[in-house]
Amino acid sequence: MQSSIPTTPGLGKILMLVLARDLRLAVRHWDQVLQPLIFFVIVTTLFPLAISPALDELRKISPGVVWVAAMLSSLLALESLFRPDVEDGTMEQWVLSGQPLSLLLLAKTLTHWLLTGLPLVLMAPIVGTALGMPQSVWPVLVATLALGTGSLSVLGAIGAALTVSVRRGSVLLALLVLPLEMPVLIFGARAVDLAMHGEPVAGPLNLLAALLLFFVSLGPFAMAAAMRISVES
Amino acid sequence: MWLWFHKLSSPPYAYRTAGLMRPWLFWPAILLMVIGAVGGLVLAPEDYQQKDAFRIIYVHVPSASLSLMIYTIMAVAAGVGIIWRIKLAHAVAAACAPIGAWFTVATLVTGSIYGKPMWGTWWEWDPRLTSELILLFLYLGYMALRASFDDTQRADRASAILAIVGVVNVPIVKYSVVWWNSLHQGPSISKLAAPSIEGSMLWPLLIMMLAFILYFGAVLCDRLRGEILRRERNASWLSESLASS
Amino acid sequence: MLAQVAATSPQPQLEARAVHLWRGEKHLLRGVSFALYSGELLQVVGPNGVGKTSLLRCVAGLLPTESGEIVWQGRQLPEGRDEFHRELAYLAHVNGLKSDLTALENLHFGVSIRRPVTTEELRETLQVLHVEACADLPVRALSAGQKRRVALARIMLTRAALWILDEPITNLDKAGIALFEARIAEHMRAGGMILTAAHQLLLQGQPGVRTLELR
Repeated sequence: MQSSIPTTPGLGKILMLVLARDLRLAVRHWDQVLQPLIFFVIVTTLFPLAISPALDELRKISPGVVWVAAMLSSLLALESLFRPDVEDGTMEQWVLSGQPLSLLLLAKTLTHWLLTGLPLVLMAPIVGTALGMPQSVWPVLVATLALGTGSLSVLGAIGAALTVSVRRGSVLLALLVLPLEMPVLIFGARAVDLAMHGEPVAGPLNLLAALLLFFVSLGPFAMAAAMRISVES
Repeated sequence: MWLWFHKLSSPPYAYRTAGLMRPWLFWPAILLMVIGAVGGLVLAPEDYQQKDAFRIIYVHVPSASLSLMIYTIMAVAAGVGIIWRIKLAHAVAAACAPIGAWFTVATLVTGSIYGKPMWGTWWEWDPRLTSELILLFLYLGYMALRASFDDTQRADRASAILAIVGVVNVPIVKYSVVWWNSLHQGPSISKLAAPSIEGSMLWPLLIMMLAFILYFGAVLCDRLRGEILRRERNASWLSESLASS
Repeated sequence: MLAQVAATSPQPQLEARAVHLWRGEKHLLRGVSFALYSGELLQVVGPNGVGKTSLLRCVAGLLPTESGEIVWQGRQLPEGRDEFHRELAYLAHVNGLKSDLTALENLHFGVSIRRPVTTEELRETLQVLHVEACADLPVRALSAGQKRRVALARIMLTRAALWILDEPITNLDKAGIALFEARIAEHMRAGGMILTAAHQLLLQGQPGVRTLELR
């Protein structure tokens, strides 16, 4: 039997396979991919309606509004991260594939970020402008969101892996994930705020990058451990 | 040493040990609490700035330290449980969570009672209070996750992962909150901490601290016994010991 | 060459020793033991709810056992878990197919994360199971029996030594069952092993075919 032991594909190859598969699935269901983005825009629209149409007032809270909306939208998108795969049994095959599960799940999270996080990052300047944010802070806004939503995706993926087998787990997911994400919100939103006041933002940006590195390097192990528990049921 | 550890981790032995230890923790805790209360509320002089209001630190500061300490103990117990597959460690973690959450609530309540005379509001976004609030959310999330699994074993392992992720995050939360707060008012004297207070104010605080730790130990013994009973409700040793008593 | 291994191998490849499992309040598996040698088919039988699926999931490493050992080629799991999983093909009640992908795309992904594979090979296997016409259809458009055949094609394509199949012939028609029995016999001749949970026994009376009854 030894001769038939399959040679395993390399890690880069696995990454490409997962990416290709999930992108293909997303193309066939692009409406679901768009939903978190639409949600993001709608939430930011609520603030002028609830507070004031005066751009001067909105400008003060615009970094916070954009960041909170981004956080909620990324939370909403997590529902589609693992649940379909766990429900149709494909996740079980990943667990039993003999490949490092942490890597497979990281690849999946990366694809998910490309589909739900990246559009949000690109949409943010438009939304920010509508809230009176000056054009000069666009680079900082995009940079904080690009770094920050990555961290949100990894933390969210840990929560999603923990709650995926729980019925009606989405409220629970928010309860678990939001407190963990608060530091990211603090650094992200405050950095944009500092930039609007013309102050240096290298500090919080570096911290955001450090957090992203930290979460990406350790998070996948937590995801894999959580997923093994979730596929038990 | 290892043998002792193994023996302790057997549920009947742990159940009995916790029962034996409990009074030795509980009564000294009460005694020390009385001494500390007299020392803090009567003997200690009043603060020249904060008047009598500062005296709430004798409850607030020990609660705050314990809320954080218990979270760490919980995460370590959960880690031991998941790595060495020791069920008793999971039971300890499960027993810790509600106690820690209550200490966190106590910290928040005493903090806001202190805030009314000092700042004129019931709530101030002080860095310590803010991070305590986030800590409370972490406790609540942990307990909610535990409650959402029917199977105790899965609840144990899933919540253990969350506890470990949470404890890694606690310093990040702490640091980010301090940074966030410093943007607004600059580093001021931490309002609720006890900076360089004189001896007559300090010793009751240390006594109270010890009293709270012992009290936590006593409550933990109680809750652990309850947790063991719940988990071992079908085990033979339990029905035997019930029959003999 | 593989048949020789089967004939001369004295050691069990897969062994379960006194496996106990609790599900909530229920003591499901009470000391289940079995050994599986190269070229054997072991069918786990018993009434519904007796723990057939749980036993299979324990052996596959999806469920942790309460006590007892699962030993693969002399190593007690979870030691060497990844190596074990590379030689294991597991089919659950659900087919594990994405309904938005075509049969071919499903197989391509499912096999490629384990070993390199060509599209021709995938098509050939589909042909063996008489579902070549479904290759380019999205799985949602297939009938239940066709889906099961595609799922079985994945098991065959992984070239794993050990197949663990939970009710493999669910939804298969008579012709499908006959086709599948032939593939099982071929796998056994090549020295492979199969562990199934079954209501309906396959290859009854053939050499190397055994049953394990759970009570």
